[in-house]
Amino acid sequence: MSGLTSRIAGLGRKFLSTVTGLGAFARLLGAILARSGVVLRRPRLVSQQIHFIGNHSLLIISVSGLFVGFVLGLQGYYTLNRYGSEEALGLLVALSLTRELGPVVTALLFAGRAGTSLTAEIGLMKAGEQIAAMEVMAVDPIRRVLAPRFWGGVIAMPVLAAVFSMVGVLGGWFVGVMLIGIDPGAFWSQMQDGVDVIKDVANGVVKSLVFGVVVTLIALYQGWTARATPEGVSRATTRTVVDGALAVLGLDFLMTALMFAN
Amino acid sequence: MTREKTDFLVGLFILLGLVALVFLALRAGNMSSFSFSPTYQVTAHFDNIGGLKVRAPIKSSGVVVGRVSAIGFDNQRYQAAVTLDLEQAYEFPEDSSASILTSGLLGEQYIGLTPGGEDKMLAQGGEIQFTQSAVVLEELISKFLYSSAEKEGTAQGGAPAPGAPAAH
Repeated sequence: MSGLTSRIAGLGRKFLSTVTGLGAFARLLGAILARSGVVLRRPRLVSQQIHFIGNHSLLIISVSGLFVGFVLGLQGYYTLNRYGSEEALGLLVALSLTRELGPVVTALLFAGRAGTSLTAEIGLMKAGEQIAAMEVMAVDPIRRVLAPRFWGGVIAMPVLAAVFSMVGVLGGWFVGVMLIGIDPGAFWSQMQDGVDVIKDVANGVVKSLVFGVVVTLIALYQGWTARATPEGVSRATTRTVVDGALAVLGLDFLMTALMFAN
Repeated sequence: MTREKTDFLVGLFILLGLVALVFLALRAGNMSSFSFSPTYQVTAHFDNIGGLKVRAPIKSSGVVVGRVSAIGFDNQRYQAAVTLDLEQAYEFPEDSSASILTSGLLGEQYIGLTPGGEDKMLAQGGEIQFTQSAVVLEELISKFLYSSAEKEGTAQGGAPAPGAPAAH
């Protein structure tokens, strides 16, 4: 009987710690938003972070986008060719990229490339007691460290997703038109007929913005709550990637259901 | 890294994002088909609009002269009421006819305008009187089956006729 009660108690503990974690996560978001005035007062702090998060991710994002575009072109052609409608390849590539792959793959890469480095940086600041030192000097670490990184990530993510989609469309064009030999006029005109600026492109930007907020916040939260040991920091970095990827994919399903339900 | 260099690179990064968005909107999307030229609205009632959608093109002789701006159901006439946004640059006689056509065999549906011969032109708030509904594939098939069954019936009924006098 006591084994059963301890199991039930364990379940309760797990549930409570999950809820507490979610609450702490939401409070961190509130704390960062409340201290975001620094973004306007010292924009250079944010631009440094955009440089660190965005510019340094540009290469991996463009190369991935290019290859995703190549593969979409090849695989899409294989299926469309059976129905004699290979001109619709442009439409297929552009819709897949602007609606789904652009925001989602960028967010996954973003969690791996920028999110981990944010978590490790903040976790090591904590381990090196730099955060504590800031507090001693009456510098608010949320204002000075977290808020600029948060806004840097939120601004960089949609830009990266747009670049990913653009490079992907060009990759699909390269495979479809240059290699396979689809008529370029049909390729572009089918694309322009089917891709709506509001419904497809703008919704993709909204998605990437939401992913930017979520992934950056998860990275900051994991770094902020990491145990100040080498092992704690390494665990936090892993959790950033795992939680970030799961959150992105789950939210993507929700947003797709809301945006493109009809 | 100096401050100026960081600022320059960040500016370049943001600029690249804007270029990508403009590319997606203009080259991949239908932004370039948004026309900001002045338009006038006319309505048309159809028995069946098939798969016609808002923002479908309106073509005359194959040239896009406007877009469908709204589709509704007229509960007085039990017909679909379609609002057409025609560009001010193009004018059509009042007795023009509108028909819902399909581009290609299974492509998107659009409205084809055929000009009439009247001197008076359609104006803001006017209505196109002569309309032709979309062709629904199921109706077409049932019509075909119906007519072929009918033909078979008459063929069977008529078959004994030539032989009948001989039997007498």
